[in-house]
Amino acid sequence: MSPIGTVWRKEVRESLRDRRTLVSALLFGPLFGPLILAAALQFLVQRTADEADQRLEIAVRHAERAPNLVTWLEARSVVVTPVELDDAATRRAVRERTHPLVLSIPEDFGERLAGARPALLQLYSDAAGGRADRNAARTRMLVAQYGASIGRLRLLARGVDPLLTAPLAVQDIDVSTPQSRSVTVLGMLSYLLLLAMILGGLYLAIDATAGERERHSLEPLLTTPVPRAQLIHGKILAATTFMIVSLTLTAIACAVALRFVALENFGMSAHLDAAVVLKIILVTAPLAPAAAGLMTVVASFTRSYREAQTWLGVVMLVPTLPIAFVGLAELQPSLAFAAVPSLGQHFLITSLLRGAALEPSHVLVSVMASLALGAVLAWIAGRLYHRESLLG
Amino acid sequence: MISAQGLAKSFGGVRAVRAVTLRAEDGAITGLLGPNGAGKSTTLRMLCTVLAPDAGEAWIDAAHTVRDSLEARRRLGMLTHDSGLYPHLTARENILYFAQLHGMGRAARERRADELIEWLEMGGFAGRRAKGYSQGQRIKTALARALVHSPRNVLLDEPTNGLDVMAVRNLRVLLQRLRAAGHCVLFSSHVMQEVSGLCDVVFVLARGEVVAQGTPDALRAATGCASLEDAFVKLIGTDEGLG
Repeated sequence: MSPIGTVWRKEVRESLRDRRTLVSALLFGPLFGPLILAAALQFLVQRTADEADQRLEIAVRHAERAPNLVTWLEARSVVVTPVELDDAATRRAVRERTHPLVLSIPEDFGERLAGARPALLQLYSDAAGGRADRNAARTRMLVAQYGASIGRLRLLARGVDPLLTAPLAVQDIDVSTPQSRSVTVLGMLSYLLLLAMILGGLYLAIDATAGERERHSLEPLLTTPVPRAQLIHGKILAATTFMIVSLTLTAIACAVALRFVALENFGMSAHLDAAVVLKIILVTAPLAPAAAGLMTVVASFTRSYREAQTWLGVVMLVPTLPIAFVGLAELQPSLAFAAVPSLGQHFLITSLLRGAALEPSHVLVSVMASLALGAVLAWIAGRLYHRESLLG
Repeated sequence: MISAQGLAKSFGGVRAVRAVTLRAEDGAITGLLGPNGAGKSTTLRMLCTVLAPDAGEAWIDAAHTVRDSLEARRRLGMLTHDSGLYPHLTARENILYFAQLHGMGRAARERRADELIEWLEMGGFAGRRAKGYSQGQRIKTALARALVHSPRNVLLDEPTNGLDVMAVRNLRVLLQRLRAAGHCVLFSSHVMQEVSGLCDVVFVLARGEVVAQGTPDALRAATGCASLEDAFVKLIGTDEGLG
């Protein structure tokens, strides 16, 4: 067996006996990943469903001045609460959320309406509160609809076809499928998978470098007739193995967990059968050597286990940054992005979840770019092991 | 055989070793004696190829420690200052791991591990994980690990540190047995009695230089001191503590 294989076997065996490494690899990602995902999705689905069903409540000042409007609103399931408040009291009521929305009808409302002059209505809302803002928009839309219906009646009364006032019309055609709609929500799955993967090999990477030095087992190791680069490559390989195991378990666990989330009730479905899970693992795994290499390189610079832990806690977020960036900038998949490790994986995972066919060139570029980065980092780690300051 | 010519090594601005020339023969125990900070560990680290010297050269048998470091490492076994065992592996697994890194086949390394475990009387704990070992058990395991490939040359960095009286006696017997088997044994120490009782040749190190060398008797004669301890104090100067 080559020395790389010998080191790999020993690191894997030792890590299997170390509770900390084992828990982070086989428990954290696979257990907490799906839990976080399921909880977040359930929350989102619940909230969106709530909003659609929620009844609109509007407090109306001087409702008696516009009885037809109130009747019209009530016919559209709006709960109208007549209130007697002056301007200052109204503002306070809106701020304090006793009445988040107040529609005020001025004294001359009926008069202006009868005189075919624009009748002014006042809508009090607090734009700083998210949900009240949406309700205000719904109210505005309802009032505008009511106004438009009166306008049409006026035109008809004057013998004019109301359609003349509508020279343009827009028809919305939504081509999204339930699967593609759910992808926005499931975008976090790729984030979780990468995080779980890195966490799986994190402690092994620390233990094999900073830990080995701290336990003083590095010096005897360096007196064996094995080139130093081979020693570190065996360690990187072991960390890679643990990362892939953690990735596999997490992907399977997430797929199982998603079956329990009522996505279908909301018109979404996740495309997560066994074949897709396998493909997700296959397109993500090539990132593992790069992640293991990165962890090892960083850990090689640190002086102690604790210091390595601190550093890697930050560094492990690096591969997830491109994904966060994509979410903010709303980028679309392209060949160039496929070449960016972690971003490429994110787009491939998203495509798979959407049920779309994978672009073979994107897969190839993503795999090659990730493996190339892994090779470069492994080479750097090998160089670092030739430094004398390594011994501390 | 281990030989060094004008070895020097600095860390930052500190000159840990200035000029060390020494020679340790096969079938003999050679002592590297000196107070803490004299440069003993640094010298041994250069000899076992872990550190590259700034100046000077060293050979393990005929293998140059820098130009032919892999061959040099094949020819030496090093017992480092800290035993540095893998806590999750048993003593036997610790030994077998190094045997494998030395490229020994499965049958050969199993046989050699059995041999060493018997020879060092490790049978009572060899199958337990190294986590809870006593200092004596740790040293024995580390020594077995260093000897697993039957190296001709054995280097030991303060091997008696932290050992109790019985363990030191056992180690002394082991080193004598290595000498009897024709090995070249080089060990460092700051403890006088150890060196005077055991060594055939002593190199006295102070401030990174060899200040005296010879048999314990010759050193006593040269300094005119009755005991080696007095000779030692005289050689290194009194301003330096013996730790």
